[in-house]
Amino acid sequence: MGNPVAIIGSGQTNHGRRFDVNYPDLVKEAIDRLFASTGIDPADVEGVVYGTMPSMMEGVALTHFYFAEVLGLVGKPLLKTETGGSTGISLAMTGYYWISSGMADLVLVVGSEKMNEGDSQATMTSILEPFYQRYFISGAPGIFSMQSQEWSVRFGIPAEKVREAATRLSIDHHDDAFDNPYAHIKQKLTEEDVNNARIITYPVRLWDVCPNSDGACAMLMASEKKAKQLGLPAAWVRGLGYAGEEYWFGDSDKVYWQCAIDAAKQAYKMAGITNPRKELDVAEVYNPFTFQELLYYECFGFCDFGQACDLTLKGVFSRNGELPCDPSGGTLCSNPIGATGLNRVAEAAMQVTNQAGAHQIPGARLALAHAMGGVDQYNGVMILGAERG
Amino acid sequence: MSKDYKTMENILRLPHKFAAGETYTRFYAALKEEKLLATRCPACGKVLLPARSFCPHCRASELEWVEVEPKGQLVSWTWSDRPYFGAPAQGPVITALIRIDGTDGDFLHLLGGIETSDVAKVRSSLRRGMRLKAVWNADKQGRMLDIRYFEPVA
Repeated sequence: MGNPVAIIGSGQTNHGRRFDVNYPDLVKEAIDRLFASTGIDPADVEGVVYGTMPSMMEGVALTHFYFAEVLGLVGKPLLKTETGGSTGISLAMTGYYWISSGMADLVLVVGSEKMNEGDSQATMTSILEPFYQRYFISGAPGIFSMQSQEWSVRFGIPAEKVREAATRLSIDHHDDAFDNPYAHIKQKLTEEDVNNARIITYPVRLWDVCPNSDGACAMLMASEKKAKQLGLPAAWVRGLGYAGEEYWFGDSDKVYWQCAIDAAKQAYKMAGITNPRKELDVAEVYNPFTFQELLYYECFGFCDFGQACDLTLKGVFSRNGELPCDPSGGTLCSNPIGATGLNRVAEAAMQVTNQAGAHQIPGARLALAHAMGGVDQYNGVMILGAERG
Repeated sequence: MSKDYKTMENILRLPHKFAAGETYTRFYAALKEEKLLATRCPACGKVLLPARSFCPHCRASELEWVEVEPKGQLVSWTWSDRPYFGAPAQGPVITALIRIDGTDGDFLHLLGGIETSDVAKVRSSLRRGMRLKAVWNADKQGRMLDIRYFEPVA
């Protein structure tokens, strides 16, 4: 075990279609908000962790060099982390390792994506080699749709019930987003709107899918000594887990999805959690697709396999339910991919330090943050607590 | 954000020749001959498709080549009528996971030979476990799309 690590502040951009700023200035918006809200002098930062999704999304291969001034890198060490959709949570883990090892007391962690400038769907396919899997992923959603279909058939859940639960999540999260000042898509939806929306990749329809967002997230991670010295509200990293699977999609079972199950198990073990639904107060589950969010509830042990639809329809995971999931609206409403996982960590940290504003879950003390990367290939989970543990 | 700001276009074209290596060279050459080749791990016995240069389960590298029949069972599918970047076919596309007989993983490819214009019809004509067989393209170039699609066995 390393030294304790605290998250002592975060800053997010207004996520959306941001043609009003160039890319470096977009990243600066998040970093400026972070330093403004914490009152910390950027000169005190000892090192910087930065990442995006695939470099091809950015149109510039080494954005961390391009953003040297914005990131305050001059004269400082830099670590780049890139794990596709899970980049953001991997960034937080990289910052954790740096502080936890005792090699630094204050590290700036930044993730970003500007998805609207290029062809986001095309660049996402560039994650895969061009002679086999790239043909068959339908941009990205095709793979997740097949996973969902297999899950519902395996457990004998009628397609209509899965649709009903996914619709409930879509309506709730798009509604939740109104309470998140940084969210991209805020929309009042009816069941008819969601159920009759055009099909993207069956069974996934328009309101089941995240948007293309431009945005950034910045976070400060500190040692116990530094956190106490600065006296800022601290969210303590209580557990982390990250696990992967084979590259070839058909090689592993994506229903009993081992990398998602293992990432959560590792994080729970480190945090001493045995009953996540009871012990966690809030979860920021990576939900670029409503259907996938349902499966995550099961892989993370929030309920047994095959139960997520019933419990979702009973409101167990809604804002005032037993375990509120994605009160920020989640990835479904804002997905600047390289920042998205870090947004989940930032939101979880805001919750356990009572700084989440209008979407605060009252009294939240223990939170889960999560992100997934690649073609269902990697999952990362982080547990944050109000106490150091 | 109502103001119009300048955008500056850049198109990056980066030609690339991927070395296929010994295993994929043989695998793709066989596709051109309408043969689907897998490799069997002598240590754990798993039959791997597409063929691999080493076993991902036990890391053995002396694998045996085996020809498998290009037929199997439907595991899962998805349908899209929206053209997407790099789509392997025109019009509505059904992507599927297929368990090829005698192999130990699911094979990602296309489904065809059924009415694909309407998703309700697609839904009613597909079920998990149904038998499928490969339909080959007349023009084969030694690539994955030499198989046009898999279709239900009548």
